Amino acid sequence: MKPLGIDWKPLALVPALALLALPLVGSASSWITLTAAGLAMGMIVFIIASGLTLVFGLMDVLHFGHGVFIALGAYVAISVLGVFPSWTASPSIAANLLAVLPALLAAMAVAGVLGLAFERFIIRPVYGQHLKQILITMGGAIIGEELIKVIWGAQQVALSLPEGLRGAVLLGDAAIQKYRLLAVAVGLLVFGLLTWLLARTKLGLLIRAGVQDREMVEALGYRVQRVFVGVFVLGSALAGLGGVMWGLHQQNLVPQMGAQVNVLIFIVIIIGGLGSTGGALIGALLVGLVANYTGFLWPKAALFSNIALMMAVLLWRPQGVYPVANR
Amino acid sequence: MTNLAKPLLVLTDVHMKVGAYHILHGVDFVVPRGQLTMLLGRNGAGKTSSLRTIMGLWRASQGRIEWDGQDLSQWATPRIADLGVAYVPENMGIFGDLSVKENLLLAARSARRASDMDTARLEWIFSLFPALKTFWNQRAGTLSGGQKQMLALARAVVEPRQLLIVDEPSKGLAPAIVDRMIEAFAQLKASGVTLLVVEQNLHFAQRLGDTVAVMDNGRVVFSGSMQSLGADPDLQRSLLGLAL
Repeated sequence: MKPLGIDWKPLALVPALALLALPLVGSASSWITLTAAGLAMGMIVFIIASGLTLVFGLMDVLHFGHGVFIALGAYVAISVLGVFPSWTASPSIAANLLAVLPALLAAMAVAGVLGLAFERFIIRPVYGQHLKQILITMGGAIIGEELIKVIWGAQQVALSLPEGLRGAVLLGDAAIQKYRLLAVAVGLLVFGLLTWLLARTKLGLLIRAGVQDREMVEALGYRVQRVFVGVFVLGSALAGLGGVMWGLHQQNLVPQMGAQVNVLIFIVIIIGGLGSTGGALIGALLVGLVANYTGFLWPKAALFSNIALMMAVLLWRPQGVYPVANR
Repeated sequence: MTNLAKPLLVLTDVHMKVGAYHILHGVDFVVPRGQLTMLLGRNGAGKTSSLRTIMGLWRASQGRIEWDGQDLSQWATPRIADLGVAYVPENMGIFGDLSVKENLLLAARSARRASDMDTARLEWIFSLFPALKTFWNQRAGTLSGGQKQMLALARAVVEPRQLLIVDEPSKGLAPAIVDRMIEAFAQLKASGVTLLVVEQNLHFAQRLGDTVAVMDNGRVVFSGSMQSLGADPDLQRSLLGLAL
């Protein structure tokens, strides 16, 4: 985050992995398509994971219920998009975005409000008790999943992309889906805003300091608990946003989608170093790229590939690519 | 109205437990206003535990910790800090991923950005510790041990405070740096702030201490003036196991 003493090695991992895959994939056009797909998937995973890594880092809360906010966001979006059928069906990208934008905002708002309640009633009673945190947040996620089934039904629902975001742009022989470009843009926007918040505002200083040494921040007179509530709400809202992006990426939703994505999210924040936003971005991009390359080269290994990636990274840096100091 | 004759902080029969361990067994001592109180004693005597209990980082199970007459033994840490108490822990509590500037900005509660910080006070801090000016924008994690201690102390005084609680400021520092620290503490004393300092370095303690409390096994076994302890080698040997 500082110009001085930046650790560039993890940054180099992403292009290194992409270049390593080039000869294996063989054709340049397939490689471009896969790389774009991997980066887009990584960006969506980053949006979801960025909040969770701060939740872990700041309050040492083992929050296994993050997935439910992903699913909730996606389902809220499907309801909101249903209100604008003519805009989503319009070939004009501007009209599509006019429909998608309120869907994104509504997903974030609902997930954020639910996050506020989740922190107050489920997490606050179990501060400092890891086992109880795991059990009760998982329980909360199960209840949330069942509530989604009650409201939206248990069966798979199609979430089709708005008309103008379908299809691909051609880069030579390589096809890059338009939606993936949008996903990368939204991901970069989230990363930019988070970086600004963490690096340029006093609240951000407080969060970064709290991740390193919560006790000392309290000794300076700050109520870390209040900051944490804000971080939790922000993290939940980002999960909701990421859920919409993920749903549009998969083009269908099931109530269990949160639990499915959860595994990826944990891999990402462990690779990144608990509490590190920059680390989460690198972890997410690596996970996205590896998933796409192995899906193409060796589909049978796809499920295993992300775990292997995590093992490889942890062998190199046991506390993640950007270990947070003092932890 | 604060009464100058009344002590700033009074601990009466303070007990503290961590889990099943009974750490403090009834600690009594007084921190007089405007003076430097030294807390001495061997390792494990309960010095750090006493400081953490005053700061609310560990909760007293019994007894009173009175600040200007009000008992703060059950208060949360930020509320105690709001009284004007600054705490420098034994590990210094530096935020290594933040720059020197950001560490100080965080400690300056009233400042929203670096330009809001009191420049006269910063200049005074730089005059005590010029290294902090040199490494202003550098990550604090890259500083040397002595520079980190300087930053920790600067953070404690970046805004006016009533009480500074400092845990082993000379720990692990080179003798030349210790002399610099002694000089800085002397200036802090002259500025009128009240200090409570845990120290193992007896030269440091003797140079700066006004009053002294010696701990052993979670209790205060001696309290009085630094002078009276300094003048009595037998007492030193019996309390500390060595002469000053």
